[in-house]
Amino acid sequence: MSSARHSPRKPIAEFFDKAGMLVVLAILFMGCSVFVENFLSWRNMQGLALAVSMTGMVACTMLFCLAAGDFDLSIGSVVACAGVLAAVVMNKTESITLGVTAGLGIGALVGVTNGYVVAKLRINALITTLATMQIVRGFGFIISDGKAVGIGLEDFFTLGSSALFGIPTPVWITAVCFAVFGFILNRTVFGRDTLAVGGNSEASHLAGIAVDHVKIIIFTAQGVMAAFAGIVLASRITSGQPNTSQGFELEVISACVLGGVSLTGGVGSMAFVIAGVLIMGIVQNAMNLLNVATFYQYVARGLILLAAVLFDRWKRRRA
Amino acid sequence: MVPAALSFDHVSKEFPGVKALSDVSFHVHAGSIHALMGENGAGKSTLLKILSGAYAPSDGSLAIDGQARTFADTSDALAAGIAVIYQELHLVPEMSVAENLFLGHLPQKFGIVNRPALAAAARKHLALIGEDIDPWTKLGQLSLGQRQMVEIAKALTRGARIIAFDEPTSSLSDREVRRLFTIIRDLRTRGCAILYVSHRMEEIFELCDQITILRDGQHVATAELATLTRDAVVQRMVGRKLADIYNYIPRPHGGTGLVVEGICGPGLAEPCTFSAAAGEIFGLFGLIGAGRSELLKLIFGGAAKTAGTVSFAGRALTIASPRHAIEAGIVLCPEDRKKEGIVPVRSVLENTNLSARRRTAHAGIFIDESWEQTNARDRSTQLRVKTPSVHQLIRHLSGGNQQKVILGRWLSEKVNVILLDEPTRGIDVGAKSEIYTIMQDLARSGVCVIVVSSELPEVLGVSDRIAVMRQGKIAAILDRADASQEKLLKLALPLETARAS
Repeated sequence: MSSARHSPRKPIAEFFDKAGMLVVLAILFMGCSVFVENFLSWRNMQGLALAVSMTGMVACTMLFCLAAGDFDLSIGSVVACAGVLAAVVMNKTESITLGVTAGLGIGALVGVTNGYVVAKLRINALITTLATMQIVRGFGFIISDGKAVGIGLEDFFTLGSSALFGIPTPVWITAVCFAVFGFILNRTVFGRDTLAVGGNSEASHLAGIAVDHVKIIIFTAQGVMAAFAGIVLASRITSGQPNTSQGFELEVISACVLGGVSLTGGVGSMAFVIAGVLIMGIVQNAMNLLNVATFYQYVARGLILLAAVLFDRWKRRRA
Repeated sequence: MVPAALSFDHVSKEFPGVKALSDVSFHVHAGSIHALMGENGAGKSTLLKILSGAYAPSDGSLAIDGQARTFADTSDALAAGIAVIYQELHLVPEMSVAENLFLGHLPQKFGIVNRPALAAAARKHLALIGEDIDPWTKLGQLSLGQRQMVEIAKALTRGARIIAFDEPTSSLSDREVRRLFTIIRDLRTRGCAILYVSHRMEEIFELCDQITILRDGQHVATAELATLTRDAVVQRMVGRKLADIYNYIPRPHGGTGLVVEGICGPGLAEPCTFSAAAGEIFGLFGLIGAGRSELLKLIFGGAAKTAGTVSFAGRALTIASPRHAIEAGIVLCPEDRKKEGIVPVRSVLENTNLSARRRTAHAGIFIDESWEQTNARDRSTQLRVKTPSVHQLIRHLSGGNQQKVILGRWLSEKVNVILLDEPTRGIDVGAKSEIYTIMQDLARSGVCVIVVSSELPEVLGVSDRIAVMRQGKIAAILDRADASQEKLLKLALPLETARAS
């Protein structure tokens, strides 16, 4: 651990340390292109992009949550509840605007609640969001009476099913999210404060950072983003499904951690998240193309996550 | 000749940027009490951590009964018969005394604890050290002195033959200290080798047979204590004229600076009032728990005050949070650097700009990248932070350099008052001297410097005036010329103890 060790290093080792999972992603992509039939086809690429778009969107705000040293388990329930509520309101009022607003509103409400309880009342994020996860899931079932709510407004479906330059709209939205949230994390005071809070919240407080506000804003953004993902999903499947996206929160957190975002806070970047989301998506897509049975896919995904975390730990010990 | 019970053989320990121990060799014999002395940062705790198996030496080795040993971890050292009794005791307050004594090796059959056997064994070991405590008492109900006895008994249950004490008397009453000494002498008679770390000269001369003195990680001397005078010990510990490193030069004070009036809050027993002029260095001395850090936190808005006012240059300030204080030019370098100062997983640059970037960002939102780079580099150069680049993670820096980065964080702001809480704790002598220079420079430029220290020579060396805190209140404020180690200590000691001694 002497300081000399951190000065000039072998360039290859340095590149590997910095790029980390991006290298794994590149190798994985090339491997799949060569060995998995139909992987590189335009159709499959479109499908792959669409499949990861929802995880990608929500992973953007989850990155902030994790970077600040918290996490949010309620997002899967928010996705479902926002979709259902948007569907119900649209059917009742015949207004897309009102439906979308209601959906986003419930997301914001859940987010503010999470943030307030975690930051001000100082309850552990695990417990807080575990509670809201169940409350919101229940609420989704209540307003839909436990059944899928079909949506009658056809215009609403363009959000999920239209495409620009042959690329589906949700994919564009995700790409924009990656850019915007990446910029916020790297280039704004709020982003840097987020990482500082996650790295040491007491030190951040004593350096004049409004720690509570940062956390509340992050949870709120997380809730709104999950609700938005839920609305896009509802548009794609033309209905609000109260039991959709169970376990989605774990998928998103897995993708972030897989990319190298630290669960203890303070370490993370958008490049990590993009790598994590894409690795997860490609593995799943390849397994589907190779006709791997669903049951085995669970095992494979779990193993990959474990391997990624162990790899990260090994890398950090060496550093 | 019988080999020594414990030998350190050319032991060195390096941390990034600091050599905590270099080439230390000495022997501790069975049936003797061996004192280990040195200033803060001399390497005593590092040595104890190596003994306990918590650190592995970078170089050199330990030998027990002449056999070289390496410990993979602390349980290895325990198994080899070594027990280190720290200031903060490693006991579980929610569990019974008996369970604490046998933690990790409870008498059991098929995983079920044999309670009668446990109680009997606990009684036996408590009797060995002359304690008559019901083994089923919850540890949390015992006094600190009794807990220490339990810790010693626990060492005996593991058959420890080499026992190290780290400042064992720092929180004990006089009577408890006498008990402790009786037991330590008893352990000596039974053939234990004892390593005794303390700052208290009287104790060392009363209790110990040999002494080893460390200074700046170097082994200075090992001798029979009877051959040394107190002055000789001090001289070897310090090794230089103390005044030299403080760089104190009298300077004129400016007008009204910080005025704190009747401030009350958690950790203070009485309202505190003091003032420090612009350009003055104002020392706050007191024992641990006297309320010094709490007072600083209240001024800074890090804790909520229940009454009192803070003003600067005659202007009353409303400070409800650290941000308000920083905006008013009042900044704090906290005592616990790791917990409250640095963000370990972020770079030197991030840690430097943590606060000032709020002012320099475009529209208060978008980072000014070039300012961030320039400021971090300038502060690092100005304060001579030893780091390969400003992008280095701060946790890889030595304590002294981390402290400089935190100073740099505040020098990036417009500072009127700087509150320094134990600014040189755990820092090597070279960096200490640099930090004293920075303090003097700040004061000369008109900044009001408030410095908390529990090291007498330090607070005497740097301050223009010194307030002594005792049990949550300001006991007295002395001028530099009137202050002496004896006076400060007498004022700082809790009243009961002062009467007893």
